[in-house]
Order: sequence, then C-alpha cells, then structure tokens
Amino acid sequence: MTTEAPVNPELERAAERAESRRGFLIGLPAFLYLILFFALPLVLVFVYSFATRSSTGLTVLSDWNLDSYRRLLEPQVVEIFVRSLLLAVVTTVICLLAGYPFAYYIATRRAALRNVLLVLVMIPFWSNFLVRTYAWRVILGSDGLASQISQAVGGEPVRVLFTTTAVLLGLVYGYLPFMVLPLYAAIERLDWSLVEAARDLYANGWTAFRKVTLPLSMPGVVAGSILVFIPTLGAYVTPAILGGARTVLLGDYIVSQFLAARNWPFGSALSFAVMFVMLLATTFYFRVGAKTL
Amino acid sequence: MGKAAVELVGVTKRFDEDVTAVDALDLTIEDGEFFSLLGPSGCGKTTTLRMIAGFEFPTMGGVRIHGAEMGLKPPNERPVNTVFQSYALFPHMSVFDNVAFGLEMKKVDKADVETRVRRVLDQVQLARRADAKPSQLSGGMQQRVALARALVNEPEVLLLDEPLGALDLKLRQNMQYELKDLQSRVGITFIYVTHDQEEALTMSDRIGVMSAGKLLQVGDSHQIYETPTSRFVADFIGDINLLEGEVTGSGTARLSNGAVVRIPSGHPSNGTVTLALRPERLMLHPMAGSLPEGRNQIRARISRRTYYGDVYYYDVEAGFDEPLDVKEENRPDVARHEVGDEVYVSWTVDSANLVSD
Repeated sequence: MTTEAPVNPELERAAERAESRRGFLIGLPAFLYLILFFALPLVLVFVYSFATRSSTGLTVLSDWNLDSYRRLLEPQVVEIFVRSLLLAVVTTVICLLAGYPFAYYIATRRAALRNVLLVLVMIPFWSNFLVRTYAWRVILGSDGLASQISQAVGGEPVRVLFTTTAVLLGLVYGYLPFMVLPLYAAIERLDWSLVEAARDLYANGWTAFRKVTLPLSMPGVVAGSILVFIPTLGAYVTPAILGGARTVLLGDYIVSQFLAARNWPFGSALSFAVMFVMLLATTFYFRVGAKTL
Repeated sequence: MGKAAVELVGVTKRFDEDVTAVDALDLTIEDGEFFSLLGPSGCGKTTTLRMIAGFEFPTMGGVRIHGAEMGLKPPNERPVNTVFQSYALFPHMSVFDNVAFGLEMKKVDKADVETRVRRVLDQVQLARRADAKPSQLSGGMQQRVALARALVNEPEVLLLDEPLGALDLKLRQNMQYELKDLQSRVGITFIYVTHDQEEALTMSDRIGVMSAGKLLQVGDSHQIYETPTSRFVADFIGDINLLEGEVTGSGTARLSNGAVVRIPSGHPSNGTVTLALRPERLMLHPMAGSLPEGRNQIRARISRRTYYGDVYYYDVEAGFDEPLDVKEENRPDVARHEVGDEVYVSWTVDSANLVSD
C-alpha cells in the first residue's frame, strides 16, 4: 500500500487562489462592459437627480438639493405613476390568466407537438417589435380591421387606437411570450405523480390543481410576472405608438423630461423612483413565491 | 375472507392501438388478502394497478371493487388508496398536512382529522416529525409517511407500487416485516406490485406472476416456488435447472443427454417434456460412495464451485447444453467436492416439476 501524501494546507490554498484568479480573468470582459455601460451611467443618473436645472435648461452640477424628488409628489406626476402602475398590473394579470392555460396546454402535449407549439410562441420574436407594434395601428385604426368587423356585424365604427385600451392590447400582445415561457418551464418539470396522488386522496380535478399544480408552478408564475411587470411599467415604444396624448405614461414622461423639457435632474429622479418601485415589486414577488415553496 | 375485494374481468389495456400492456386479465382478490403482482418491468403489473386505482381505464373488461363496477370512475371516487413508487409526497406541505390531505378532502371534522393523523403518525413512529417537510426526511421515513397518508383514510383496498424499491437492502428487509405486520393488524386488502421475487415470496398470501400482459400463474408462495406451471414462472422465481426430455413410457423420459429418468405423473403420453429442478433439490454424491435408493441419478463432473458463505454453488457438466446448478449447504455433514471431480447428481421424482413453455 502506498502511504498517503501529507495534506499541505498551503498548497491547497494556493490552488484555490489560482482557481479564483482564473474565474476573475474569465469574467473580466463582462465586468468591464457592465461597469462602463451600466454601472457608471447609473451613477451618473443618480448624481444628476440631485442637481438643478438652470433657466436655460442646462444642468447645474453644484447646487445639490432634493427638489427633483419633491416634485415626484406633485398630483400630475403621481397620476402618471398610478396610471402606469395600474396598466402594468392589469397587463401582468391578463398575461397570467391567458398565459397559464396556454402554458399548461403546451406542457402536457406529446414532446413533438410541444416543440412545435414552443416555436410558435417564439416566432413573433423573429420580426422587429416596432414593426409588430405598428401593425396594431393598422388593426386598431378608424378604418382598421377591428372597426370593419364591428361595422360588418351592424355596429358602430370603433376607434381603439390612441386609447389606454390600445396600449393594453399592445402590451399584452408584446409580453405574453415572456409569461408563457417561464410558466411552461415550471409546469413541464412538475412531477405528475403528485397530481395523481392528490386525485387518489379524493381531490377532484380542480382541487388537485389548486392544492398541488398551482403551488408547485409558483416559481413560473413569479418569474413570468416579473418579466412582464418590470418592462411594462417603464414601457416606452408601445404607449408612444398606440397611446394618445391624453394617456401619458412613465416611459413617455421620462423621455420628455430629458428631451423636450430639458430637465435632466427631474428625469433622473423619475428614473430612480421607477427603479425603486420595480425593486419593491420584485422583492415582494420573491417573498410570495418563496412562501408557497 | 370470502367476499372478493377486487375483481378483474377480462381486463385489457391497449396504448396507441398496437401496444397491449394488459391482455384479457381475469383475477379475483379476496378481502383482507396480501396479494402480490410479480413480474419483470414492462409486464403490465403497474398498468393493472393503475386501472384499479383509476389512473388508467381498461380498453376492455371491467374492474369491480367489493362488487361495485368502477367503470370510468375517477380515482377520487374509488374506495382505494395508492402508495406510489416514488412516494409522491407533496413537497410544499408538512408531514402532517400530507397525511391529513385525504381526510380534509373528505371534509372530515377538523378535530377528528387531528386525532386520526396523530394516531397514524404514531403507528409509523413519525409523531415527532409531523412538522417536517418531506425533503427533510430519510428515504425510509418518507416511505412511512406515504404509507400513513394512504392508511389514514382506511381504504377498502391499499395499492402499493414497488413501495420498497428505492430503499437500501437492510431497510427494505425491515420494511417487509413491518408492512406484513401492519397489513395483518389493520386487515386491509393489500395489492402489492413488485419485480422482487423475494419480497413477493416472504410477504404475500398469494402471488400472481405476470409476463407480457398476461397472468401466468396465481397461487401462494409455496405453490409458485415449488410447483411452477410454466417455464417463465420457474425461471423468473429463484434459480432453476430446465431439462428437456422425450417421454419414453408411463412415468419415464429420456433427457437430452441420453439418461433415462423417472418423471412425475400427469405428463403427456408422448412428445417432449420440460423438467424444472431447483438447485437445492439436487444432491451430489462421490462416485465411490453408495447411492441412496429411489432417486433419479445422472453422471456428471464438477466444472466450477462458488463459495457463498452459507452455501456452495456448483456448476456441474452432465451432457446438457448448459451446466446444472447445484446448491449444497456449508455443513460438516455435507461433503465438499472439488472442480474436476466425477460425481452423481440425484433427485427424488417428486422434486422435479413438469412445466409448459
């Protein structure tokens, strides 16, 4: 028998250090990229949010104050916040209600059919989001498909375009795949013998779903909801194309602060407020998700 | 006993048109019986169990539980409970909530649920782990939770799908005793699916051996082991020597190595027969010694000896296609033979068994 080599803690530590150095080097390009193009601008925005706008629209970087944050409480701003928040919540709920049965349907098909359906879910991504949103303009406009159908069945011409409903339709359309995919992943890996066990223990189909399938697919619900809620809260393109002037949302509003109003400090403060709400929502969601697991 | 707990009448299950998982199965399981369905994987035993539970429906035939036709009744409307192969414990619920699930679904009074769950957890020695999550328990404990979760409902029939398969050997042997004890205590009919012949032999009142969707033989452990009727049953359960022979007269046959031996009664008057002989029913005798009276004997040579501690296994060349297996106990009064020794192999006429193909 060979004698074991004596354990040398010094050698082991050196090996560990080398390993972690390698890991750092591999991650370095991504690190640099993120610092340069994400962290630094973010710090910049944060700094600007405490600055002052001069009468000519320039940003004065000396007179630090909380004026921009105080403005967030103005009724007009609060209204935009509430409207955006409501729209994001409604979009998320509709996506969840529409996406869950669909994801469930896909996840319970045969493997071949399942893959076809998944590709169909992803096909819209192959064309540009902007183009697809403009397509909705054609459908929802005053002589669009929706109006034509309404008139064909003897109704009034309808114009959905430039209303909140149009924005809602556009957002649900755009973000539904982001709800379906995580839900599918969660439902697909469900252990179906658990559902059988519930049925065996006298639960009917609906109760088995409520007591077993739904709680166990919660990770998918949480992930999907976050993936829909966060981008819709700050959505810019869809409201800009489908929404009217009367329904200003956070995305529009921030852009207009930076461009038209030339009020960079207030735009920065708004951005941070939105990020804070997103952070709160995410934390809340993960808490809820963790509780059911 | 007496009244049938479960009756399967001409039950056939086909998947996708052409795959027949269960083929015209007729079986009656008595009340209070410990019945095992034994067979290799893919023989249709689990499908049969799932049809009794209501997870699958027969393509043809009927399932009756205590006389009531089950038809297309869903699992939740059947008076049976299942212990699943992988236990299928709800991972998001505590042990207590897992066990209470069935009672709550049946809208049993809250206080009653509490007492009954506590009592059954006591029975499986898990009272102190009631608040634990299944993932915090060992495999053996999870298995007992699964058992408790089914038993607390006092089902008319308990269905068990390879419930010990995931446990290690020692634990499995202990659980075999516990299960058998439990069954005789609660008096519920157990239908136990397994591919493990030892489990089936040690626990069951009766065993049904299945192969390729068909029920080949039903009988108690003794009958299944001692008097298998088919080549498959003989071969699947325990070790066996199968010898081909040509019937030469009333009670005699010429084996494929040329030896003429006496065979048990009930054989066809001519044609070929297959003799099934258990290795422990064969004896080896040195050439020099005297031979016992009234036994069949053939000449042979030892080609291999394997030591198992409690027994010796001998491979013996006797002119057949394959060597004979002979098992002899490791005792001072049983002679030990060396590889290359010329010996006689002997057996009594009755210890051989005629099997069909």
